Amino acid sequence: MALAVVIILLVIGSLLFHFLSPWWFTPVASNWSNIDSTVNITFWVTGVVFVLINLFLAYCVIRFRHTKERRAHYEPENKKLELWLIGITTIGVASMLAPGLFVWAKFVDVPADASVVEVLGRQWGWYFRYPGIDKQFGDTDVKHMSPANPFGLNPEDQAGQDDVLVYSSEMRLPVNQSVKILLRSTDVLHDFTVPQFRVKMDLVPGMVTYLWLTPTLTGEYEILCEELCGVAHYAMRSRVIVTEPDEFKSWLATQPTFAQTVTDGTGNAEQGGALYAVCAGCHGPEGKGNAAMNAPAIAGLDSWYVSAQLKNFKTGLRGTHQDDAYGKQMAQMAATLVNDAAIRDVAAHISTLAISPSEKTVSGDVDNGRSLYMTCASCHGKEGNGVWSIKAPRLNGLDDWYLVRQLHNFKNGLRGTHNSDAAGIQMARLAQILKSDQSINDVVAYIKTLK
Amino acid sequence: MSMWTLVVALVSALVVWYLLARQLMAQPWLADGEVGYTPDIEAFASPAKKVALFFLLAVISSLFALFFTAYMMRMNPAHGDDWLSIPKPDILWLNTVLLLASSMSMQWAKNLVNHQSGKSPLPALIIAGVFAISFLVGQLLAWQQLYNIGNLQISNPALGFFYLLTGVHGLHILGGLYVWARATIRVFMGITTPSINLSVELCTVYWHYLLVIWLVLFGLLLTT
Amino acid sequence: MAFVAIADRDHEQEHHDPHTFVSKYIWSQDHKVIAIQYGGTAVLVGLVALVLSGMMRLQLAFPDYFSFIRPNEYYQFVTMHGMIMVIYLLTALFLGGFGNYLIPLMCGARDMVFPYMNMLSFWAYLVSVIILMSSFFVPGGPTGAGWTLYPPGTILPGTPGSDMGILLMLLSLAVFIVAFTMGGLNYVTTVFQARCQGMTLMRMPLSIWGILTATVLGLLAFPALLVSAIMMIFDKTLGTSFFMPAVLSMGQALDHQGGSPILFQHLFWFFGHPEVYIVALPAFGIVSDLLSVHARKNIFGYRMMVWAIVGIGALSFVVWAHHMYVSGMNPYFGFFFATTTLIIAIPTAIKVYNWVLTLWQGNIRLNVPMLFSIGFIFTFVHGGLTGLFLGNVTVDLPLSDTYFVIGHFHMVMGVSPIMVLFGAIYHWLPKITGKMFNETLGKIHFWCTFLGTYAIYLPMHYLGILGVPRRYYAYGLSDFIPASAQSMNVGITIAALFVGVSQLLFIINIIWTLTKGKPAGSNPWEATTLEWLTPDTPPKHGNWGHNLPVVYRWAYAYSVPGAALDYITQTDPQKGGDIEEGDHGKH
Repeated sequence: MALAVVIILLVIGSLLFHFLSPWWFTPVASNWSNIDSTVNITFWVTGVVFVLINLFLAYCVIRFRHTKERRAHYEPENKKLELWLIGITTIGVASMLAPGLFVWAKFVDVPADASVVEVLGRQWGWYFRYPGIDKQFGDTDVKHMSPANPFGLNPEDQAGQDDVLVYSSEMRLPVNQSVKILLRSTDVLHDFTVPQFRVKMDLVPGMVTYLWLTPTLTGEYEILCEELCGVAHYAMRSRVIVTEPDEFKSWLATQPTFAQTVTDGTGNAEQGGALYAVCAGCHGPEGKGNAAMNAPAIAGLDSWYVSAQLKNFKTGLRGTHQDDAYGKQMAQMAATLVNDAAIRDVAAHISTLAISPSEKTVSGDVDNGRSLYMTCASCHGKEGNGVWSIKAPRLNGLDDWYLVRQLHNFKNGLRGTHNSDAAGIQMARLAQILKSDQSINDVVAYIKTLK
Repeated sequence: MSMWTLVVALVSALVVWYLLARQLMAQPWLADGEVGYTPDIEAFASPAKKVALFFLLAVISSLFALFFTAYMMRMNPAHGDDWLSIPKPDILWLNTVLLLASSMSMQWAKNLVNHQSGKSPLPALIIAGVFAISFLVGQLLAWQQLYNIGNLQISNPALGFFYLLTGVHGLHILGGLYVWARATIRVFMGITTPSINLSVELCTVYWHYLLVIWLVLFGLLLTT
Repeated sequence: MAFVAIADRDHEQEHHDPHTFVSKYIWSQDHKVIAIQYGGTAVLVGLVALVLSGMMRLQLAFPDYFSFIRPNEYYQFVTMHGMIMVIYLLTALFLGGFGNYLIPLMCGARDMVFPYMNMLSFWAYLVSVIILMSSFFVPGGPTGAGWTLYPPGTILPGTPGSDMGILLMLLSLAVFIVAFTMGGLNYVTTVFQARCQGMTLMRMPLSIWGILTATVLGLLAFPALLVSAIMMIFDKTLGTSFFMPAVLSMGQALDHQGGSPILFQHLFWFFGHPEVYIVALPAFGIVSDLLSVHARKNIFGYRMMVWAIVGIGALSFVVWAHHMYVSGMNPYFGFFFATTTLIIAIPTAIKVYNWVLTLWQGNIRLNVPMLFSIGFIFTFVHGGLTGLFLGNVTVDLPLSDTYFVIGHFHMVMGVSPIMVLFGAIYHWLPKITGKMFNETLGKIHFWCTFLGTYAIYLPMHYLGILGVPRRYYAYGLSDFIPASAQSMNVGITIAALFVGVSQLLFIINIIWTLTKGKPAGSNPWEATTLEWLTPDTPPKHGNWGHNLPVVYRWAYAYSVPGAALDYITQTDPQKGGDIEEGDHGKH
């Protein structure tokens, strides 16, 4: 008896939850509102079945509970009733399947006038590529991939020369224009998802997959990876900004083409040496740093990392938080580098400086640090040498006091907060796994033991 | 995958049809109070081990069908375009003959047992076993020859599959040899019970079956 | 009696009574002891998986507190929880546990036809469990690739346990498959060969039909997992490129080229989908019997139920790619697999109707097994209906890889089968132990489990619709996930911990039964099927004493008009009722 009442209450409760709960679809921002319709149709059909079956179940439990006087009705089967039920079920199933297949046919059929964008997934971030004037993408191959060419474009392929490469974490799309999004992965499976767009698709290394949509609302939306891709899967996020077509065009014009990135090259260490004179004031002529001035050792850091950080400082992605006094200081210094070429040159110079071991200033439990570092090793490498493709810098050879400060900065929102600083945001999310100050000291103490 | 789907669909359709036609339409509540005959016991009037072997062969079929499907899917350019055909060692032809001879010797042993001629199946059994072992040695030599070629890349799926499929097939032969060894030792010790006759019979079925698998596998290797 | 001799023939050589403690309880060849060994091991390893899920929930609800749960550990817990629950608990308990216990007893056999192989099956299963558990103690820990083990990530650094952990997992699965095949061949052969006189296929209880069909599915589907496991071991250890395309790992291009991750997914789900039914079909069968016994009414539409089981089994081989709608496979496959998937809903719906119609005009005893069975109907209806969302290719697009999926498969493959498992354990415990369990404790256990699990999984569906992705270690700041969703996560975690802890009631009840339970008698539920008609309770080695039973009717002769009692056992030779009752079947 209690069971019947509870079942009735659960049915009512489920309906109330359905209609009253605040969690429902995000407002749709693409042409795929008819996907929402298929979901709603399915909700209605299954909802009716859910209510009917369970109320009938509750009725049976109340009406036919055991008494000694009564016997159950004996009826092995009832063909007519069963056939009716099969018939009704079939109609119900068809009423959900037909709209589903109808919409899927649209999803499979990309409009001929759709423009093309490529999304390139990697552990654990996103790059974007637009085809340029010739509306064609150049060939790519894993064997071409390097810090200077993370897309793996074939330098010989003419079609690739005008491809527009977006290194920042933001993808932009013009509103109300159909776009076919080609999906490619450099390493493992990923999945390109924007909840407001409704559609999603896996990125599979070794092949190119696709989806298409027409953004219908301007705004900023989060890009999520929804296929488990390793330790930092949950931190593999980015943004897509839907803008008016004119705005989109002017933004696209500011992004470098592949040919430009080749011409720019990786920077000239000799010219960088001259520019480094300014840096040497704090970081020392050999880049060994100066703890008294709060300037960390920078010798031997990879040039791709140094240029990225200098750009961040210069463009307000790092060193803007009011509590980040040393960061703000560095931002002012970085502003003295006149252009990107200067940044590349000085970064190239720094990468040639020899690493020298610094003093140990932080004490912590190395064993606990080793176990904590297992997560860090997924990006920074077992030896802490850094991995360019993950945008994870080298850690060994850095000052331990600097590492502690940066981990606190990441954890407390002083660094890695700007939407355009995807790598920083990612590190900020991962720094949260160090749930106490002691664990920060422990992991840094372990990093200090790495050679 | 579609081929395997088709196979499963056909097999299950046949099984279901067989059961449907015979039994599944029965309305069991009508035959109240009757013993009712248990038709499948008559239909499967064969020993339990034979039935179990039938199901084991179904499992092995599933295994190899899936391997073959994976093989063909991997060849398909949609799943990678790096298939490079590899040279097939000539010794495989000899091995095929050895396995065929082994299978025929097994059949000979089974005939001796079946006809109650009083002749011992021992020589036939031993010959069959020796042929089967030589087949395995031959397969190892084939591996050796491929290995000695030297410039083959293990990342080439054609080579990987060659080792994988011949290896899995070889393991099945080894499993058969275990049963064969048990039966042969018992025959050698002079035991002549019906259970030994059954062992010989089931070994024979298994031998023929692995021969068929090998022929399909060899065909697949030769044509790709 | 010649007939009996045929059925009994295979036991003559292998049927020895065990004498020592070791041969009776450890190296036992008795199907009942092996069933308990299987069941006990499965429940123990299931408790490990339950604890793992509790730790996952703690991290999701309180991301700032538990410093020992880091992303590595979290993903390892996710993976091990899933794999243990699906394979090492549910598959092993339904087939190794209940299959072993029920097949010989319900079919009227003395034991499995190959008792020695049956014993080997258990020991191989135990080895597979030990290998799996050992991966917790190797450098790098167990694999954290998710229970689907998708390459290439699974065997590349960046995924936890990508060295030793994954190899031990694959090895353990291979050993499990060998164990299952030895057991499965036994179950199938026993059903086909060792049924007693009069037990025609259509007189078998639906439990046997469910277990039989699930075993056949397992025998044909597990090879797909074996094939993918072997090929992945090759890729990992020998450097072949079956599944490995050219990739960049930790900034270095690897030697692999051209392999196909999607090929693995096809193989995996060709096993993985039938696996759902390997768990579901025995549950379907067993719950049908529980409902019939405790409603004092024959199962409604027995033939349709049998056909539905066989039909679902066959169809389950042609729906696998509905797990891969957004995997990047040829999108045209979506049409085919959405259609087959929704077709499979029809026989499944028939089963639900017939369960409810069994209760209709029944005479329902609301005891503990019945509570769990009716609870199953509720949870399965819920889980089955949400399956219609995910099976329909378009509807799946926004929902796949979100918490909707978690909610769905836990309702349909977690809660529902576990409701049946508990119902079945309470139902057969009086036969297995000879003693009656504590009814009150059992009822409290039911309410905690039933209401608690619904409180866990209902909200998850709505988080999924909102777009909250699954397999996230932490959500942090996000535009579209409101703070209320995080509060819901806390609520879900509290419910989950409550359900987890309340399972202690079950263990207490088992201990209570063994120590304080009153003797149950041989047929406490007044059931018709053979396992209740053994000369001894619990049944002794050989089950039937001197003579095998002879069956005169089907398993569902409840409330037959004109009969003295409201049940007629299968071995009762009387003509039940009158001619009229036969006519009912001819509507």
